[in-house]
Amino acid sequence: MSSLPPFVLFFVGAVLVGFTRGAARKALVLAIPAVGGVMLWVGAGADVAANGAQQYLTLELLGYTLTPFRADKLSLLFGYLFHLAAFLGFVYALHLGDGTPDGSVAGDVGEEDIVGNARAGLQHVAAMLYAGSALGAVFAGDFITLFVFWELLAITSVFLIWARDSERSYATGFRYLIIHVVSGVLLLSGALMLAHETGSVEFGHVGLEGNGWAGWILLVSFGIKAGFPLAHNWITEAYPESTPTGTVFLSAFTTKVAVYALARGFAGAEPLILIGTAMTFFPIFFAVLENDLRRVLGYSMINQIGFMVAGIGIGTAMAVNGAVAHAFADVIFKGLLFMSMGAVMTMTGRTKGTDLGGLYKTMPVTATLCIMGAAAISAFPLFSAFVTKSMIMVAAIEEHHYVVWLFMLFASAGVLEHAGIKIPFFSFFAHDSGIRAKEPPKNMLVAMSIGAVLCVLIGAFPAAFYTLLPFEMDYHPYDLRHVVTQLQLLTFGALGFVTLVRTGVYPDEKRAVHIDAEILYRKLGPWVVKTVGGTVGRADAFVRASVMEFVRSTLGLVARAHGQMGPLARSWPAGSMVLWVALLLSAYLLFYLS
Amino acid sequence: MSHDHHGHHEVKEPVGWMDRPEAVKRFFIVFYVICGLLFAAEFMLGGAENAHPHPLEERMRFFVYPVYGFLSFWFLVLLARPMRTLLIRSEDYYQGGGRYQGGEHE
Repeated sequence: MSSLPPFVLFFVGAVLVGFTRGAARKALVLAIPAVGGVMLWVGAGADVAANGAQQYLTLELLGYTLTPFRADKLSLLFGYLFHLAAFLGFVYALHLGDGTPDGSVAGDVGEEDIVGNARAGLQHVAAMLYAGSALGAVFAGDFITLFVFWELLAITSVFLIWARDSERSYATGFRYLIIHVVSGVLLLSGALMLAHETGSVEFGHVGLEGNGWAGWILLVSFGIKAGFPLAHNWITEAYPESTPTGTVFLSAFTTKVAVYALARGFAGAEPLILIGTAMTFFPIFFAVLENDLRRVLGYSMINQIGFMVAGIGIGTAMAVNGAVAHAFADVIFKGLLFMSMGAVMTMTGRTKGTDLGGLYKTMPVTATLCIMGAAAISAFPLFSAFVTKSMIMVAAIEEHHYVVWLFMLFASAGVLEHAGIKIPFFSFFAHDSGIRAKEPPKNMLVAMSIGAVLCVLIGAFPAAFYTLLPFEMDYHPYDLRHVVTQLQLLTFGALGFVTLVRTGVYPDEKRAVHIDAEILYRKLGPWVVKTVGGTVGRADAFVRASVMEFVRSTLGLVARAHGQMGPLARSWPAGSMVLWVALLLSAYLLFYLS
Repeated sequence: MSHDHHGHHEVKEPVGWMDRPEAVKRFFIVFYVICGLLFAAEFMLGGAENAHPHPLEERMRFFVYPVYGFLSFWFLVLLARPMRTLLIRSEDYYQGGGRYQGGEHE
């Protein structure tokens, strides 16, 4: 069984899920990722641990060797992660189809259908295919297989956005699809150019040197999916527009597949250090201002991926280990935060800071679990990011990237601001909004609890987790200096927040949007098309009218000359011709004689 | 999809700890004490072993982390405020709306 690619179980499972209802479907959606995960652990996992990297399946296509199932420590780490994320996501989404949860006040603001109950089957099937596509991508040993799953990731996940069933979600879904299809087309183009250079489609280290434009095109393709600056707004657009459960799946797979692809293809590529640092930096300013708390988490996602991208760029064993370990931890703590905001949304129909507050009174368990996720992302000692993000930062120092390190330290304080404090504070505390929603369905609480426990387990017992990482290293996150300095950074950052709020400097939440790079394709693009289109249209109309006028006047002239009474259309009597001939002959004679 | 069983009708008006000023005051006292202790902890670090020593940290020993953390928050917000003035638009900006018309406080 170890030669069966992990995606097969999910794809077959998705078909079965589509034809089942009720308890049978619930059992299936939980069993598939659980069984798949165990099979991977005892199959390919044990095999790779004993014998090193393996290629389980190879095919020949048009002279190229395709490897739909290749496993090594790097792909296995993401393989385990995606099984875990799928399992947690399905536990969280188990209530879909059961009707509006008890104690929900979402109907008060006309958002009762926000839970997507009517589209429960669609969401379960789409999520199963989506998780399968992510697994297909990380176990792909060649670019052609990677391309197929790269596109499938987009096509399957867009249904999780459309499941929201609103005009905005349809428009957002189409933009999401276009952006990801462009990324796929670039991936195929880069892969073909690379194959032309090297004669192979194997997906290994690519780098940016010695392969012409192919490396850069592939980097841009991966970068679009990873949310590189200027290509980042699909994250902040799509996540807040999906259903509460859909966003949990969306946050787990696409960007992490991109991080995996970057780690495999571009470890040590210097531009990634700058790109990653920029990604840690700019989103935190937007996150301070943003009102929609799921959009805040979208910006937070870009910030966290920034750490991973910079780590991959640094390229040492510790840095890349740190990047992929942080990706693992991020799926869990960011999933937990999206789950807590999804629970709030399911029960209240609202996700904006201006609408929420005071929910700790009636949703204390959700509030506690959200705070645990916030502590994990903020990298408090004993929580997961403390043992993962610090690897990237230590690697930055060891490689003498001091300025990058200072930016990362600033970004770490920024994480505490928007994800550590703002998210729990504005939803569960701050001013009392008067909303009295109950705790979400039990399955949601169970999923969040598992996530919270994992955040602590990874943070408290990092040595066991480190054995899963792809490269050998010697790293010890817990020493007195690291613990105390991290606590100092975070606690005094929180003190900064307290002083900002107490002095009235901290900006209020406002019912507004803040312009970001998306303006390029949501406003500027349409404006350019409209303006250029209008000018071209007017020029076209003028040219057409002029030509038509010319043709019309020419036809009129011809008609006048050759028309019924036209001088050239008259029939001349034979006598007049004789007269003209006689006249011409006389003239000729006259000239001849003179 | 019934609309007739919203829980807020059944829940009696709850009182949370934030409604009690003395509890809030106690929370902040504990918080400030923790800040003070962590600030004082700097003196313990003099002889502390660093599992991953690096020259930059050696040079920026004293009170760098608490000061950096505190100032980062202020820098972040002080830069975000003018950014908002420049970038804020109405909620329906991308649906044909224009400038932000809302008030200072909401």
